[in-house]
Amino acid sequence: MSGRRLPALRIAARLGFSLLVAAILFYTVFPFYWAVVSSLKSGSALFEADLIPWDATLQNYASVFRNQPFARTIVNSLVVAALATALSLLLAVLAAFALSRIRFRGRAAVLLAILSVSMFPQIAVLSGMFELVRGLGLYNSLAGLVLSYLILTLPFTTWVLTAFMRELPVELEEAAIVDGASPWRILFGIFLPLLAPALAATGLLSFILAWNEFLFALTFTLSPEQRTVPVAIALISGASAYELPWGQVMAASVTVTLPLIVLVLLLQRRIVSGLTAGAIKG
Amino acid sequence: MAAAGRPAVAPGASLAGRRRRTAWLFLAPLLLALAAVAGWPLLRTIAFSFTDAYLSDLAAWQFVGLDNYLYLAEDPLWWRAVGNTVVFAVVSVSLETLLGLVIALTLDAHLPGRGLLRAAVLIPWAIPTVVSAKMWAWMLNDLYGVANAVLLGLGLIDEPLAWLGDPVLSLAAVIAVDVWKATPFVALLALAALQVLPQQLYESARIDGAGPIRIFFSITLPLIRPALLVAVIFRGLDALRVFDVIYVLTGNAAATASMSVYARQQLVEFQNVGFGSAAATCLFFVVALVTALLITVGRVDLGERSAAS
Repeated sequence: MSGRRLPALRIAARLGFSLLVAAILFYTVFPFYWAVVSSLKSGSALFEADLIPWDATLQNYASVFRNQPFARTIVNSLVVAALATALSLLLAVLAAFALSRIRFRGRAAVLLAILSVSMFPQIAVLSGMFELVRGLGLYNSLAGLVLSYLILTLPFTTWVLTAFMRELPVELEEAAIVDGASPWRILFGIFLPLLAPALAATGLLSFILAWNEFLFALTFTLSPEQRTVPVAIALISGASAYELPWGQVMAASVTVTLPLIVLVLLLQRRIVSGLTAGAIKG
Repeated sequence: MAAAGRPAVAPGASLAGRRRRTAWLFLAPLLLALAAVAGWPLLRTIAFSFTDAYLSDLAAWQFVGLDNYLYLAEDPLWWRAVGNTVVFAVVSVSLETLLGLVIALTLDAHLPGRGLLRAAVLIPWAIPTVVSAKMWAWMLNDLYGVANAVLLGLGLIDEPLAWLGDPVLSLAAVIAVDVWKATPFVALLALAALQVLPQQLYESARIDGAGPIRIFFSITLPLIRPALLVAVIFRGLDALRVFDVIYVLTGNAAATASMSVYARQQLVEFQNVGFGSAAATCLFFVVALVTALLITVGRVDLGERSAAS
């Protein structure tokens, strides 16, 4: 059938396909493009639907950093996401070794428990977590956020690293055991170097998870100096509720998103492998 | 660890025993941490739901039995939030699966510029939910938004639409933003499944004279079904607990408030920890029930098959 199709039909199919590709490109890219364009407009230009910012200016970017502690906010987010990720990776590497390489009674139950924690609605632990954070004297502090973010990053990193570690060949381990290597040596001397790319992918995804978190950061911080990026952007306000400074909101959005997009595009292969390792092989 | 240097007397048995001990030793830090940041707060939330605790002084509370749950059952706003959540979850996950599949099939076709397209698809995924909600809030702004400007320019509408003010439109807008943000995730999972499909199957199907549509429904779809199911499970559970996108786009408005938004408003804004915890506990059990159902139906493999012993 397909071999004898009319050339006109084939051209039409190809055209339709190109249109589909163009539509997908437009759909995924335009909203971000529009945010960039809007962030470069100022004054009344912002309220015109011009696709190109004819009088491009960085005024909105200057205002964001001048009007509020936005640089401080970015540092807060970096610190919180990095600490939560580092702590999680450490605990997850140990746990993933046990879960992927050792057969023991209760393993399925532990895996199920970890999976369930990653399904917890954040709101279901909010009041308990609030009490815990306040009880430890960590309310309105970055340490409180690091602690609470573990509920997101721990199950995720453990799950993905378990999937990655399961892929390592058994022979590698058997040879080491015959040589009398302890599990500790096998994990840190043999496995971890091999897992470096997987650790990077998992770490990046966990970092993004923590960087994007909103509910805990909104609830457990109070002063603008302790805010993280999502909270700061959500709470940017103007002179009144009806005069949101959209140019500044877009400038802040682009500032925090551009590095993320660049990072994701550079590491896209690893990210896809990390995402699918957790889901498909899991 | 102490046993590591000792010569093994009965190599098989003692080695297995040692490895079991090692397993629990390596798991202990994770399990302790999870108990502290997940188990304990969850239990405290459930406990709070039977009290009249207020946020200002969590230590001063009285046991009120099931009162909070009874009030909750009588609150029309709660049931509205339940309805919103269900509509949001069903519609957004269906659209994400459908669109994700279309994008994955497009990416899987061998066309020039595939790398560029895949990179573009990753952009919405990389953008924080709060940021994407703000970007869309600006595009959907009733006075200056580009959406209204385009629709007015094309003559499709006569006057600007209040995308985020109108009760029906605002729920649709919230769903649209979630679909934009989450479709790449589904597309990537589907694409990963598509790329490992055995090519011989397709060749023999083509030799048998099967058309592309037949091939899709009788070969492709059944084979990537497990991967799609996993994506649907993840997305569905995310959708049931949705908070960020709704809170940023429409605040606590009743027309769009999800169960999470409702519970947080009670808990934090009204300081009513007992009542808010009851709502949060209900959401927890809904999600737990759906998870259990999906895991049973979807038979998620917990790794029993493929681990080294």
